[in-house]
Amino acid sequence: MTPRVAKLRQESFEALPSISIERAVLVTQFYKNNYGKYSIPVLRALNFKNICEKKTIYVGKNELIVGERGPYPKAVSTFPELTCHTVDDLQILNSRAMTRYAVSDEDIEIYKKEIIPYWQGRTLRERVFSQVPQEWQAAYAAGMFTEFMEQRAPGHTALDGIIYEKGMLDFKAEIAESIARLDYLNDPQAADKGEELAAMDISCDAIIIFAERHAELADKMAQKETDSARKAELAQIALTCRRVPAQAPRNFQEALQMYWFVHLGTITELNGWDAMSPGHLDQHLYPFYQKGLADGNLDRKKANELLACFWIKVNNQPAPPKIGVTALESGTYNDFTNINIGGLLQDGSDGVNEVSYIMLEVMDEIHLLQPQANVQISHKTPDRFLKEACRVIRKGYGYPSVFNTDEVIMEQMRTGKTIEDARQGGCSGCIETGSFGKEAYILTGYLNVPKILELALNNGRDPITRQQIGPQTGEPTKFDNFDDLYAAFNRQLQYITDLKIRVNNYIERMYANYAPAPFLSVVISDCIANGQDYYNGGPRYNTNYIQCCGIGTVTDSLSAIKKHVFEEKSLPMGQLLSALKNNFKGQEPMRLRLINKTPFYGNDDDYADTIMQRVYNSLFAVIDGKPNTKNSSYHLNMLSTTCHIYFGKKLDASANGRLATLPISDGTSPSQGADRNGPTAVIKSLGKMDQIKSGGTLLNQRFLPDVLDGEEGIENLSHLIRTYFKLNGHHIQFNIVDSQTLRKAQNAPDEYRDLLVRVAGYSDYFIDLDEYHQEEIIARTEQGSF
Amino acid sequence: MTTAITGEIFDIKKYAIHDGPGIRTTVFFKGCPLSCWWCHNPESLSMTTHRLYRPERCIGCRECVTACPNDAILEFEGKLQWTAADCRYCETCAHVCPAEAVEFIGRTMTLDEVVAEITKDTLFYDQSSGGVTISGGEPLMQPIFLMQLLDACGQLRIHRTLDTSGHADTQTVLKIAARTDLFLYDLKHMDPEKHYRYTGVSNETILTNLQQLSRQGARIIIRFPVIPGINTDKENIDRTGALASSLPGVIGINILPYHGTAEAKYRNLGLKNHATDIERPSGDVIASIARQLESYDLEVKIGG
Repeated sequence: MTPRVAKLRQESFEALPSISIERAVLVTQFYKNNYGKYSIPVLRALNFKNICEKKTIYVGKNELIVGERGPYPKAVSTFPELTCHTVDDLQILNSRAMTRYAVSDEDIEIYKKEIIPYWQGRTLRERVFSQVPQEWQAAYAAGMFTEFMEQRAPGHTALDGIIYEKGMLDFKAEIAESIARLDYLNDPQAADKGEELAAMDISCDAIIIFAERHAELADKMAQKETDSARKAELAQIALTCRRVPAQAPRNFQEALQMYWFVHLGTITELNGWDAMSPGHLDQHLYPFYQKGLADGNLDRKKANELLACFWIKVNNQPAPPKIGVTALESGTYNDFTNINIGGLLQDGSDGVNEVSYIMLEVMDEIHLLQPQANVQISHKTPDRFLKEACRVIRKGYGYPSVFNTDEVIMEQMRTGKTIEDARQGGCSGCIETGSFGKEAYILTGYLNVPKILELALNNGRDPITRQQIGPQTGEPTKFDNFDDLYAAFNRQLQYITDLKIRVNNYIERMYANYAPAPFLSVVISDCIANGQDYYNGGPRYNTNYIQCCGIGTVTDSLSAIKKHVFEEKSLPMGQLLSALKNNFKGQEPMRLRLINKTPFYGNDDDYADTIMQRVYNSLFAVIDGKPNTKNSSYHLNMLSTTCHIYFGKKLDASANGRLATLPISDGTSPSQGADRNGPTAVIKSLGKMDQIKSGGTLLNQRFLPDVLDGEEGIENLSHLIRTYFKLNGHHIQFNIVDSQTLRKAQNAPDEYRDLLVRVAGYSDYFIDLDEYHQEEIIARTEQGSF
Repeated sequence: MTTAITGEIFDIKKYAIHDGPGIRTTVFFKGCPLSCWWCHNPESLSMTTHRLYRPERCIGCRECVTACPNDAILEFEGKLQWTAADCRYCETCAHVCPAEAVEFIGRTMTLDEVVAEITKDTLFYDQSSGGVTISGGEPLMQPIFLMQLLDACGQLRIHRTLDTSGHADTQTVLKIAARTDLFLYDLKHMDPEKHYRYTGVSNETILTNLQQLSRQGARIIIRFPVIPGINTDKENIDRTGALASSLPGVIGINILPYHGTAEAKYRNLGLKNHATDIERPSGDVIASIARQLESYDLEVKIGG
């Protein structure tokens, strides 16, 4: 790490996230003066241009890559046109202990006087909530699902290589051609397309102005600068900002700066989920890297430094602060920019290059919260690259996460993409599959699958709110067999997903009509040619995902009921239901028997794993292929992010022995502590899920650093990954635990049953060791941790 | 109809990565002719089933007291008392215990059952050049079952490692060698008397078998458990190194530092632990032993 990077890193690490009301003030003034004068797309584009013209420009000391969303690092904009924070919201954000955002009293006062009064009743969120049906509101309040678009714009965007080949002036020429082609005689949508294209054109101008303002500031700073080296750097920055994004980049620095301006434009225009991702950044940068080496104006060290500067830029952009349920299910500063490294090239050859290795080094050196990065591993990926990635994983940052490129491609081929577009795709956000630069793949919200079983066990009533949420599917005490119960579960599932999709389709039109994203549309393929917005079916592909949570919990609960209630008949349904209602109070033997004497998912046990397959297939059947409003359809996704914690709070006790309010299982991982046969058994169980039919699954594995010791530890970790991928696993990530976690494991052993530790000449489960040895291992880990 | 051959197994562990190359499944055979002071698997020593009771898991539900058909578990002054003499090892108490506080160590398994468990992870062996490791206890205590298991794995082209003390009939050892791809062979002490004192048997057979194996072309990794105050003197290490380097079959030596990990196991099994005052070797001691052994031109590895 160069001294420059060390300083920038430290500043970024120490900067406190704060709220900048600058954007809110600009947007409010703009809407007050202009609403009603223009079509909505043009209004949005002019609003974006107004921000680009007026927002405070920041060029930091020591920086090589420039530009911030706010007036300075970690200052986050708000988006009152979507959701307007109340005074209470702002005060809570300013004072809460977790994920705090500082906001000054003066700014709260301005919000109170100028911003809130204008937006009251006008925000997209209020309009959505005033329109959605009562049964949806009840299900939403009961925690059956979440809704992504209620306060953030639909997102999940990653780019392909187009912005390294074309500048905004090239896009403007394409837009002009598209406008010239409009057929007002035969195309009833020609007028709408004309407005959208005009908006795209304005957006290109806006981002060029934004860059020019950085150039001007850099020039000014250069004039005052006494240090000649820094003076030259500032001149270089000015030069770069005058080249990109107006024109295509010519060198490594321009390429990074090009992406960064597009990134900032996207997250300034709207607050789309998962910010923005550069996609296969190593592949995009490699030609510039090679050219730089050949020309002699770049070396490996300089490339490392520029990438590190870029990494820090991403860390400077915390997620926009959320409110309400969305804050509960996603309480993090992370805005989920996720960089893909490795993978395949468009022609199917291996995509790993020298920049891929440099990125692994940068990730290791910088190790801040953001950006996320992942490695894309195909059968063609060299072992050397996978092992280098494993060495970073071993450090215990929780990244890079590891994806199966071949699987990611097959998932996309199944939904009808071309092989080239699929290869250019990858994973963004957490684990979501999409074709980069060509697809709007919108996450629509999480589905609480264990809660759906709870409805089936309560004849469609939510036992907590006592509301009738789903259809009456019968009193479970009358069910003769497991299939009766499963049929009830399936009917509830059908009802709840239909309800969610109905409302989603409605909200989707709201965004298409009232909050289009003309700037983003410029850089996503086919929007210009189609004359349609990113939110309105403009991109080549348009997928909606519903993310199904808790397959571990629901599988284990069904397995427990099948075995104890219907097969062994050792536990009457009535008794189980009353124990669940009373949170197993006075029923600890029953609870432990359910935990200890039930086959659970994650143990390579077909009894449980066939139930998992049945649930998975049911989820697929009710979601996959349902039409969205953009001539495309919904697909299954198996991501939970941190929503499994929120969903758990909305659930009574469950039949797998889980107590009320505790988290449900995460992603497609087994329930906490359910997997007792080691990582190979977990991988085998996951391998029985037909993951190609999803748009992503997520497997968390927890290891102690000792298990990964030495070259052999790295070898074996890479073998585990390769074997999982042979079984068509989509994704795997590793937590390498510290002693703090081990302390927690001592206090709550049941939740840490799967924690593997290296003992003497073998590995064992931590909680199975006696107290002395647990202490010894904790001491060992501490020694190894600095 | 033939009776299926069975073995006494006390554990099968997956993702075993310290018992030979690659990712392995380790099958632990019950029964051992040695009784080393430092044994960390005391439940493996006897061929018969052990009853393991973990009081820290017991929730006091008394379901075992009610269920026991032989009245072997009684409640006395608020505590559960189990009487070995009355127990028929029917395992009813373990079946009813919701908390898994009672466990019976040792299970009679058929060859098919063991092979089915092993083959579940074949893909991992293929990927990592791993396989199966037979450990114990002392697998050579059950030579017929062992031979059949090794043959079955051989037919499936699964790499076979045998973790052994070497204390067994030489002809048996040589027959087994023809079915084994790699030996993990313990050398606990070079001095016959001390070996007898700390393990209950002399090392003569062990050393003879080692030489025979090497002569027959077996691939062998020596495992040397470092037990401070017992086998860490310079002379013993020199003799160990000299022997190992003289045998062409020996491809390396693993140093296994003693970890005083089994105290709770001894307690819960109701067995006596000899090793209460043995200390764990320091990193310096381990490093110096490694250096000493390396001077014999041996491939030395710390840990398995």
